[in-house]
Amino acid sequence: MAASNPAAAEQYDYEYIKKFTVMAIVWAVVGMAVGVYIASELAWPFLNFDIPYITFGRFRPVHTGAVIFGFGGSALFATSYYVVQRTCQARLWGGGLIPFTFWGWQAIIVLAALSYVTGYSQGREYAEMEWPIDLLIEVVWVAYLAIFVGTLMKRKQPHIYVANWFYVSFILATALLHTFNNIAVPVGLFTLKSYSLFSGAQDAMTQWWYGHNAVGFFLTAAFLGMMYYFVPKHAGRPVYSYRLSIVHFWALSFMYMWVGTHHLHWTALPDWASTLGATFSIMLLLPSWGGMINGIMTLSGAWDKLRTDYVMRFMIVALSFYGMSTFEGPLMSLKDVNALSHYTDWTVGHVHSGALGWVAMISFGSLYHMLPRLWNTRLYSEKLVGVHFWLATVGVLLYIVAMWISGISQGLMWRAFDDFGNLQYSFVESVEAMHPFYAMRAIGGMFFLSGMCVMAYNAYMTIRQGAREAGVAGRTAPAAA
Amino acid sequence: MLLEWLARPENAKSLGLLIFFVTFCLIVLWVYAGGKKRAERMEEHKNIPFLDDDLDQETKDKSNG
Repeated sequence: MAASNPAAAEQYDYEYIKKFTVMAIVWAVVGMAVGVYIASELAWPFLNFDIPYITFGRFRPVHTGAVIFGFGGSALFATSYYVVQRTCQARLWGGGLIPFTFWGWQAIIVLAALSYVTGYSQGREYAEMEWPIDLLIEVVWVAYLAIFVGTLMKRKQPHIYVANWFYVSFILATALLHTFNNIAVPVGLFTLKSYSLFSGAQDAMTQWWYGHNAVGFFLTAAFLGMMYYFVPKHAGRPVYSYRLSIVHFWALSFMYMWVGTHHLHWTALPDWASTLGATFSIMLLLPSWGGMINGIMTLSGAWDKLRTDYVMRFMIVALSFYGMSTFEGPLMSLKDVNALSHYTDWTVGHVHSGALGWVAMISFGSLYHMLPRLWNTRLYSEKLVGVHFWLATVGVLLYIVAMWISGISQGLMWRAFDDFGNLQYSFVESVEAMHPFYAMRAIGGMFFLSGMCVMAYNAYMTIRQGAREAGVAGRTAPAAA
Repeated sequence: MLLEWLARPENAKSLGLLIFFVTFCLIVLWVYAGGKKRAERMEEHKNIPFLDDDLDQETKDKSNG
């Protein structure tokens, strides 16, 4: 395992990358723990304990906010600040803006979680934050863009490496999406409540234009930026085809923006808009698989690394899940398949195969790669990385298999008719049939969370080890002098 | 006159599609056109992540696990 040369810490600014890395791990533990709790509430409802603050409805956005924006967002801040410096061979630009993005982002996650448990929500999926928090996000995001672009502008490399293209598109697209999805009129200056500028089908379309592009640009493009740097770097081999990575980037950027309407099949939405969403979703299969193949083929000729290197395994399994969920997504966007899958647990399973299998695993791989380099030491335990890998893999498999079975069963039960044309099953019968799979999902989540706790311990010990070694080096240096 | 024409969704949608499609085709052409030398020059960029490798000191795996 490589450690960073002290010269790297002098050439680059690692201070807030370290802080974001630690917070990514903290939010992952918190967010996944809340996720396991709400999954358990669905399986064993007594866990609500009649306490409004911890009911599923309030805890669910706490879970999604903590894992997407807390864990995913902090991991993206950390890796993007790391990658942009190392591929531009330039120190991070921005001075005081850098700590502002860190503290601002953490404040956003905490304030959002507090507002959800106390019952404040816009009711827009993945954008539940009320307007004052939305404004804070806007300011932090502009600072983030300024830092990233400022660093790119002072690069020593004439060419901007493709990973940075993905990061820039993620920052720009997220700014656009966040702004337009949250245009709302506050009820009053001293109230958190506001109403969306849009209404009816337009409001739904704006919400899903945002919702799917949050998946497309926040949870895909940005993590592809991570992939295009950390997979080649960790494998010690350049990416399989640089030209394919460019086509991958432009194809994703052109196509993703149009697919949000596939979330609204069979609704009041005009049929053409729905068809447009499905068509672009199918087309997206090509760049997605092109990118996945590009990532996996980077290991061509060095497959033996997979036998020994668990960090590499995290990255390659992440790419496999990326391929699987980007096949499943277009399939589910077809109107006929969607008629079965929509509103069922299949969607929940699909989201988690992407979120746990792709997003979390590529983040784990990247964070494990960065940890020893940031703290200038070795990883505390390679074996624990292996334990984490297996816990995470078993967890995600249990989760998505449970949701496939329960989702398809739900879809089939809801559309079943008897000989007289009446619905064959009542809704409550379908809920009853789901119970074993809800328990299985909660257990899958527990596996994944346990793996995350192992990672947190390994990271803590690595950081402690790095601090100890730095202390020893600090004491011996003057003595040697 | 032109603005009026553009303001009609049926025109703007088709024009938008045409512009995006042509731009995308031009990008693909830009990426893959040219001879072997141009391809090699473009592929050369894939080595950028390794240009500061000297800052990563390789250490043998001595992890405690």
